[in-house]
Amino acid sequence: MGYKIEKATEIADNIFEFWINAPHITKNARAGQFVVIRINDSGERIPLTISETDGSLVRIVFMAVGKTTTYLSTLKSGDEIRDIAGPLGHPSEMGNFGNCVVIGGGVGIACLPILARELKAAGNNVTGIIGARNESLLLLKDELATHCDELVVCTDDGSYGFHGFPADILKKKLSDGEKIDCVWIIGPGIMMKITSMATIPYKVKTYVSLNPIMVDGTGMCGSCRVTIGGETKFACVDGPEFDAHLVDWDELMSRQRTYTAQEKESLKLFQDHQCSCGGDHHD
Amino acid sequence: MTKRAGDERIADFNEVNEGISEQNAVLEALRCMDCVRPQCTKGCPVNIDISAFIRAIAEEDFKGAAAIIKKDNMLPAICGRVCPQENQCEGLCVLGKKEKPVRIGALERFVADREREAGMTLPEIMSPTGKRVAVVGSGPAGITAAAELARYGHSVTVFESLHEAGGVLTYGIPEFRLPKEIVKAEIEQILDMGVELKLNHIAGRTVSVEELLEFDAVFLGTGAGLPSFMGIEGENLSGVYSANEFLTRVNLMHANAFPEYDTPVMKGSRVAVVGGGNVAMDSARVSRRMGAEVYLIYRRREEDLPAREEEVHNAIEEGVEFICCANPVKILGGPAVTGIECVRMEMCDLDESGRPCPVPMKGDEAVFTLDVDVVIEAIGQSPNPLLVSLIEGLERGRRGNVIVDEHGLTSVDRIYAGGDIATGAATVIEAMGTARKAAVSINEMLMKK
Ligand SMILES: Cc1cc2nc3c(=O)[nH]c(=O)nc-3n(C[C@H](O)[C@H](O)[C@H](O)COP(=O)(O)OP(=O)(O)OC[C@H]3O[C@@H](n4cnc5c(N)ncnc54)[C@H](O)[C@@H]3O)c2cc1C
Ligand SMILES: Cc1cc2nc3c(=O)[nH]c(=O)nc-3n(C[C@H](O)[C@H](O)[C@H](O)COP(=O)(O)OP(=O)(O)OC[C@H]3O[C@@H](n4cnc5c(N)ncnc54)[C@H](O)[C@@H]3O)c2cc1C
Ligand code: SF4
Ligand code: SF4
Ligand code: FES
Ligand SMILES: [Mg+2]
Repeated sequence: MGYKIEKATEIADNIFEFWINAPHITKNARAGQFVVIRINDSGERIPLTISETDGSLVRIVFMAVGKTTTYLSTLKSGDEIRDIAGPLGHPSEMGNFGNCVVIGGGVGIACLPILARELKAAGNNVTGIIGARNESLLLLKDELATHCDELVVCTDDGSYGFHGFPADILKKKLSDGEKIDCVWIIGPGIMMKITSMATIPYKVKTYVSLNPIMVDGTGMCGSCRVTIGGETKFACVDGPEFDAHLVDWDELMSRQRTYTAQEKESLKLFQDHQCSCGGDHHD
Repeated sequence: MTKRAGDERIADFNEVNEGISEQNAVLEALRCMDCVRPQCTKGCPVNIDISAFIRAIAEEDFKGAAAIIKKDNMLPAICGRVCPQENQCEGLCVLGKKEKPVRIGALERFVADREREAGMTLPEIMSPTGKRVAVVGSGPAGITAAAELARYGHSVTVFESLHEAGGVLTYGIPEFRLPKEIVKAEIEQILDMGVELKLNHIAGRTVSVEELLEFDAVFLGTGAGLPSFMGIEGENLSGVYSANEFLTRVNLMHANAFPEYDTPVMKGSRVAVVGGGNVAMDSARVSRRMGAEVYLIYRRREEDLPAREEEVHNAIEEGVEFICCANPVKILGGPAVTGIECVRMEMCDLDESGRPCPVPMKGDEAVFTLDVDVVIEAIGQSPNPLLVSLIEGLERGRRGNVIVDEHGLTSVDRIYAGGDIATGAATVIEAMGTARKAAVSINEMLMKK
């Protein structure tokens, strides 16, 4: 009665790609939207971006960071998850804007393929800039290259491509006078905050996809509230994409830490249990 | 009805009210005067034939009593527990004038619990009409509309965005007032009647408006799920919850049993609940059960509390401390909550609802601070805009509620609505009443064609 994982692969260090059979989601899914999944009856609801779709399959790409994503990473092709709801949130603003730059940091790169593909189909010239700490954490670069007119790959340590951050590349392009009409930045909060500062002086429309803690994802609880231009918004229904220059980043990042203590406890318990039962964890 | 003691109750989430014994049910039923023109039925939004089912109890025909109730109400174990009977059926019972009204709610609950234990019987279903109806939302409104439409022989699909059906019955009202097992059992009936329930389906997203309109008719029962916030400083600190979030984490996600269940919640050691309605009482009582000291802050007087009197008593028995005539002005702390600053309120002229208007007192003495680590705002919910804002031509009122005519029809052809989305936050039984009316109209419309 659950939803089947058709294909599970570790595509980068601790980063996993799942193709899940969910025709109800793929039918109307667009770039910028996300799903909420629940692994089993005792599981929590967590949001994950729709990275791509293929027929009745939806792709999610996630990093194992805590209990739920670590548990998820132990599931194999053929296993099922209990629930997947979506597509949630507003699709990305779409149209022929001209020159678009899509920037991904870390696991945030996972959100770019569907976005780059749709932007390209809408007639835009698409530049991709992706960055990770090192080569082993880079993902989906070959796939992205097929959707982008130009793809720049960066690593913080220089183990692959440009030695530095996507923000450096973006700044360079802007100061060189390259015409950029629209920018998307998706990654960790701090990366989105810093990278989006580059476009302020040039007044380039810049979108970020915010990732506050969510529960229902349908606008019912208010857990995901963020402050945009001084106004409270619910990221799950009003976003998740917002104008980067209006986001209260410090509030977002501080709210993301609300459950740090519980999250640690939960992960430790899971890891201890996994050790004692020798690896695979099944309910 | 027997009730466990307050301090024993807060040690668990088990049902507070243990119901009525068979013997007492029969004795209570014998008090009914079987009025010629029973007032009680007029007070019930679904017009249950109350004197008839009570007569059946008096004759110890419990199965017969259940059948009478279920002609008009498919969710009697729920309604017998959560209806504000004092304003409805029991409020109009003639016996209430001289002594106590017949305890209709308790009797309804008794009959329903009996039936559930003995095995439920389903209503008769008419032959298939070939018409398809989409019902959006599986709260009391959606469930009632679906059951009614299935009974007429229509093919019904219910779309629910969450992973469980029931709406507020499942995610809002806590276990100790309404055990989830009972909600599940009563909802199960509509599945047995052939209704298709599609969980994890968000109408407007998973299913587009165009796809909904491919059905012969649509019923909107999306409820009043949008939480309001006070709009004061400090509201987005960690540890500030809407009642919806707090209750959903606990009721739907079982955060009270973390880490056995994965969803966390800040239990708080000192919790401030803001508001005076049933939702505030539920939040306060859940907090008590998770071990917190709880203050309930309400801006009017104790006698103005909009919650059911019984729930206020329960909260007091369970050790909730009421701070009336006070209103929060600021939540203190950063990044986590450390306190809440309030101002005392003075009651002035009557407002449009006929209640005195609370006005903040002036001066430094009027301001006080409570040290708390969790704040729960239970100051109201408005209609959920997600789907209704996407439907072109759908007229909505000032508060976002969908406007319907006396048949439950909206401004858009073939789209009907009922429950909180149409009335604004109301009650379970009113949601059921308006849903049933809409289902009757939908049936008439479909059969005319
Ligand atoms: C719209 C949206 C899209 C996302 N897309 C992706 C994605 O494509 N790939 C990916 O790897 N991650 C994505 N995330 C983040 C992902 O939801 C969290 O990493 C995940 O919930 C962590 O769960 P956990 O139990 O493994 O870790 P935990 O140890 O419980 O949490 C680790 C951190 O993740 C965040 N987090 C925890 N619970 C939630 C929650 N319920 N909702 C949101 N964040 C939470 C918190 O900041 C927390 O500190 C997205 C988040 C949002 C809001
Ligand atoms: C905490 C609390 C306690 C209460 N206590 C009582 C009480 O004791 N007695 C009483 O009579 N009343 C009580 N009420 C009020 C009562 O619960 C509501 O009036 C009633 O539930 C309304 O029913 P509904 O079916 O209209 O909406 P809801 O119960 O809100 O159900 C709506 C359903 O629709 C779903 N939905 C919304 N949008 C979509 C969409 N786009 N697609 C798919 N699904 C969607 C939601 O997920 C939800 O399941 C209480 C309310 C709360 C919040
Ligand atoms: S459904 Fe509610 S109002 Fe109607 S008879 Fe039962 S308890 Fe009374
Ligand atoms: S009004 Fe009271 S006494 Fe009369 S029929 Fe109804 S329940 Fe019985
Ligand atoms: S996650 Fe509940 S309102 Fe956004
Ligand atoms: Mg987690």
